[in-house]
Amino acid sequence: MEKHKPVVVVGAGPAGLCAAIELKKAGAPVILLDENDKPGGQLFKQIHKFFGSREHKAGTRGFTIGTSLLDESLKLGIDVRLETEVVGVDPGLRVWAVRQRASSELIEASRLILATGATENALSFPGWTLPGVMTAGCAQTLINVYRVLPGKRVLIIGSGNVGVIVGYQLMQSGAEVVGIVEALPSLGGYGVHTAKLARAGVPFYTGTTVVRAEGVESLERATIAQVDGSFKPIASTERTLDVDTICLAVGLTPSLELSSLAGCRTIYVPELGGRMPLHDEYMRSSVQEVYVVGDTAGVEEASTAMEEGRLAGVHAAWSLGYMSDDDMKERVDETKQRLNALRQGVFGQKRFNAKARIIQESQLR
Amino acid sequence: MERTNRVADHVVLGPAPEVEEVCIYLDGKPIPAKKGEPVMSALVAAGVTVFRHTAKGSPRRMFCGIGRCTDCVMKVDGVPGVRTCVTRVRDGMRVERQEGKGSWAEEAADGKA
Repeated sequence: MEKHKPVVVVGAGPAGLCAAIELKKAGAPVILLDENDKPGGQLFKQIHKFFGSREHKAGTRGFTIGTSLLDESLKLGIDVRLETEVVGVDPGLRVWAVRQRASSELIEASRLILATGATENALSFPGWTLPGVMTAGCAQTLINVYRVLPGKRVLIIGSGNVGVIVGYQLMQSGAEVVGIVEALPSLGGYGVHTAKLARAGVPFYTGTTVVRAEGVESLERATIAQVDGSFKPIASTERTLDVDTICLAVGLTPSLELSSLAGCRTIYVPELGGRMPLHDEYMRSSVQEVYVVGDTAGVEEASTAMEEGRLAGVHAAWSLGYMSDDDMKERVDETKQRLNALRQGVFGQKRFNAKARIIQESQLR
Repeated sequence: MERTNRVADHVVLGPAPEVEEVCIYLDGKPIPAKKGEPVMSALVAAGVTVFRHTAKGSPRRMFCGIGRCTDCVMKVDGVPGVRTCVTRVRDGMRVERQEGKGSWAEEAADGKA
């Protein structure tokens, strides 16, 4: 009986698409839901080349990966329902979805795979609500998807990968990046991305924060200052820059609305964006029929999100009897190997350790 | 009116694809838009910096650009509080800067059912 109900995947970004692809390949019924009118999540905004080994599509640009995933899902004939918002999940695994803000449907799921992503963090300071202050993702969406430049002179807050990648992409679209501000004493992004901006002469201000933004009806200037040991701005170091745009690249937080509704227990993992659902080595949450994959299960990268999606897809298919024990084990092992490879190096090791802690914690509870 | 913030040629994405142009109206003033784009990008392309004012008169534009934060809401075809970052343009669409929470009132006045 359970076997014939669909597996419902929420979120058609890299993680959700890969989960749905694995399920469909195994012969399991699957429905993929997304609130947007196009699938792909944030992949189509990523115009830079990805890292990793060849099987991780290293050297391939994000939007190319997005296109190939969409092609694959289309070829497999996956039931993708767009403009469909999931607004409720009940303990019986009934998924309440609203289509085009007009009609409502209740889907009885055998398994639920949540790939709902993350939300960009805000940073409040005097003037932060002025037109011209926006998240880095907002600017990235405008330039890379809609090809519209939100401003001419940009200050970026945060030197992590999002900050430096979006900074460089703004330059590729013709904006001037007047600086990158980083509160910590050292820079946070991959060297490759950081170096592109450094070579172009963009100043990096470490140990510095934004103090205020000013302008009459929109942003005209920003004041930055160095911070002391407790991250308090030092007034004597203030300097003012003429900018019409401030991009906030100060991290992301997993989107927990649906996993909370489903009753999944959470854990606090600052390295991966804060509070997130607990999950085991197969990406199963504390609710055995509910899986969490991609940024909602800890903020990492599109490449890891895809592998987590595959892991959950394979395991869910096996749990419903659509895959043999041997096949499952083989697929899980190879996927884990790829995940481990992606979690190496200075940056990766921290994420690897955090994930290991989450899995360990899930076994204890 | 010639001002545009559109990126015509892009080092990675290449030249801008040809997209059918439609016309939307901001507070009655025509603004060119590309078919299929959200209201937000058409307004940013035209150099519009203020989308609305809060009840206290503080200006707002967009913040997250993906439908999460509701900073970019405007009155669209008579409906206040519409997220312009996830609402696609339509030829002849009437967009208005919203004051506070906006209102439905004017619609009744101009005789629209």
